[in-house]
Amino acid sequence: MSETKRIEFEYSQIDSERMRLNVGPQHPSTHGVLRLEVELDGEIVTEVVPHIGYLHRCFEKHCEKMTYPQVIPYIDRMDYISAMNNEWPYVMGIEKLMGIEIPEKVEYIRLIFAELNRIANHQIAIATFGLDAGAFTPFLYLFRDREFILSIFEKASGGRLLYNYFWVGGLAADVHKEFKQDVLAIVKQVRETNKEIADLLLYNKIFIERVANVGILPADVAINYGCSGPVVRGSGLAFDLRKDAPYSFYDRFDFDVITGHGEVGTVGDCFDRNIVRFHEMEQSCRIIEQAIEQMPMEGDVREKLPKKIRPPKGEIYTKAENPKGELGFYIVSNGTDKPERIKSRGTSFVNLSVLPEISKGYLFADLIMILGSIDIVLGEVDR
Amino acid sequence: MEHQILTFYDWVAKLSSSELVALILIVTLPLVFLIVYALVAILGELKISAFIQERLGPMRTGPWGIIQPVAEVVKLLQKEDITPDAANKPLFNMAPFLMFTAAYAGFAVIPFSSHFVPAGINLGLFYIFAMGSLAVIGLVMGGWASNNKYSLLGALRSVAQIVSYEIPAAIVILSIVVLASSMNLQVINANQGGWFWNWYVFGGPGSIWKLLVIPFTFGMFLLYLIASLAETNRTPFDIPEGESEIVAGYHTEYSGMKFAMFFFAEYANMFVVAALLSILFFGGWNSPFGDFMNGPIWGVFWFISKSFFFVFVQIWLRWTLPRLRVDQLMGVSWKVMTPVAFLCFFAVGLWAMLK
Repeated sequence: MSETKRIEFEYSQIDSERMRLNVGPQHPSTHGVLRLEVELDGEIVTEVVPHIGYLHRCFEKHCEKMTYPQVIPYIDRMDYISAMNNEWPYVMGIEKLMGIEIPEKVEYIRLIFAELNRIANHQIAIATFGLDAGAFTPFLYLFRDREFILSIFEKASGGRLLYNYFWVGGLAADVHKEFKQDVLAIVKQVRETNKEIADLLLYNKIFIERVANVGILPADVAINYGCSGPVVRGSGLAFDLRKDAPYSFYDRFDFDVITGHGEVGTVGDCFDRNIVRFHEMEQSCRIIEQAIEQMPMEGDVREKLPKKIRPPKGEIYTKAENPKGELGFYIVSNGTDKPERIKSRGTSFVNLSVLPEISKGYLFADLIMILGSIDIVLGEVDR
Repeated sequence: MEHQILTFYDWVAKLSSSELVALILIVTLPLVFLIVYALVAILGELKISAFIQERLGPMRTGPWGIIQPVAEVVKLLQKEDITPDAANKPLFNMAPFLMFTAAYAGFAVIPFSSHFVPAGINLGLFYIFAMGSLAVIGLVMGGWASNNKYSLLGALRSVAQIVSYEIPAAIVILSIVVLASSMNLQVINANQGGWFWNWYVFGGPGSIWKLLVIPFTFGMFLLYLIASLAETNRTPFDIPEGESEIVAGYHTEYSGMKFAMFFFAEYANMFVVAALLSILFFGGWNSPFGDFMNGPIWGVFWFISKSFFFVFVQIWLRWTLPRLRVDQLMGVSWKVMTPVAFLCFFAVGLWAMLK
């Protein structure tokens, strides 16, 4: 039944008036304040123009007036769904510039929190993707689980969404005593719910009909547009910075890079992008379990915090595998306590750029699914 | 019917010695029922969805939030009634009331009990079907008159959807007519008297040989259930108002009481199709257990509980399934349901001939 391939047609032969439709900025499923200018021929999308900038707040320029630690809360607000992951490459970069060796315990906590946040991000991505397809119940199941992860973050940092937890040289505070048991309980819960979600949503016949063979992104197009994360892995390319350019302790763990292989349709369709996220949650669970085993509970997470953060003159580009893809910071230091220039490579921004390319010729309902499968956060697109 | 029974209408007319009182009563009773039903159904929707999603649902208004639907109606009454400048005002204002009229008109022939039916006309089934189609006009009117692109898309989708789903539904209903040899809903109900194996979902009354036709009648039930979901625009067929795509479809621009009328019409339609399901396939007001708890008063109980069960099924499905895409919806109707409905029609017709 799912032979609804891209509808190829000669524009000149169809003598019909096309309709320009404004999707957003106030639309239920643009995942924020994105505005899509869509041209429709009946229900078929002939042109998509994303208009961004509704949430622009001059992040990069703002950073030049801030001291290095003051930038961290701003970075939280870029991809506010996975704030822990955002902070990581930035503090890593400054630590490299200053040559700070950080304690092993700090590194493990950072890694566990980053992976927990990856799970939380993928939960939201899958939940909202289901919501785009009209499935409301899995959305709430996944949000229920996300609460447990947020409560761990809250116990450590005090914040539930924006943490300001990774500091240059250490962490803002130590984790609580029962940290290990709590995290393992979450891992167990995540696995249980994932089984349920697979039955209820991901392998539901109607859902597969909706997402299979829709929004096919070939690997070469993905590379040309600079896509990363689950978007490029869904196209069958095993590109994961945790394996390809290992940072932190990722080389100590045993985990797989999940790629899409056209399980129900074509490689690189919406289903693949979504299922990659789903299986990555399981891989994150594996990493967390191993890290919890190796992590030492003794030690002070604040002992290496420098008194003054004045990196020597120089520049550095650091990158890390954000849940949405490669997040990079290019930091130029002029020797003072304020950065000369900070440029961030926003993952969502780069991934969103591929939308017009892959959504032409599908139905309007598919456009919403394709947008949902790319998993953008407008805070990061606009910065 | 062979013998004239003392109906509710006759009874009231005799008691009050006035035909007018009886007429007014028999016309308004379904409306009173509808209003009460709508409140119960809204609460049911809220509470069932909450149960499915591991929430509590409304808890503040009254004990366990049971007067929440009243609060919602009051809220909608208080809202400003906006008519967009660019809208075609007469059509825009008429559409919700046409929708509701069409939905309520169906209640005229619904037999609540063996002794209570507002209009026991012989073409009851045909009439209820015609009234169901009338709702499309309300949708298109509302969608077009709003002068909103999303509304227009929703209206166009709903026409395509309802028109195509009426075909399998009509064929299924024709099969029932073949089995019952009547279009009068009272006669169809009376035919299914006795124990529950006399229901048309189990092939209707007959000898052991009816086991051969049960797969087809059960298939017809499923077909009609699916088609009725599509006709009431409920998930997985809520494409005309698919929230994540076209905001709210044909009623994007409506607010206040006019929106409430659309809402009300949807719930009324839900009951009409649920009632039709229980009449056509599950014996309507007949008790499932022969003479146990059978009779005109119990009939109301059985009929309403059966219908409420199907309303519950609609709510249940809505909070479980994702929605189909517009072309898949057409595909399901034309490529799967219509041929299967024809097959069932053929089998049932053959069986009725040989019986």
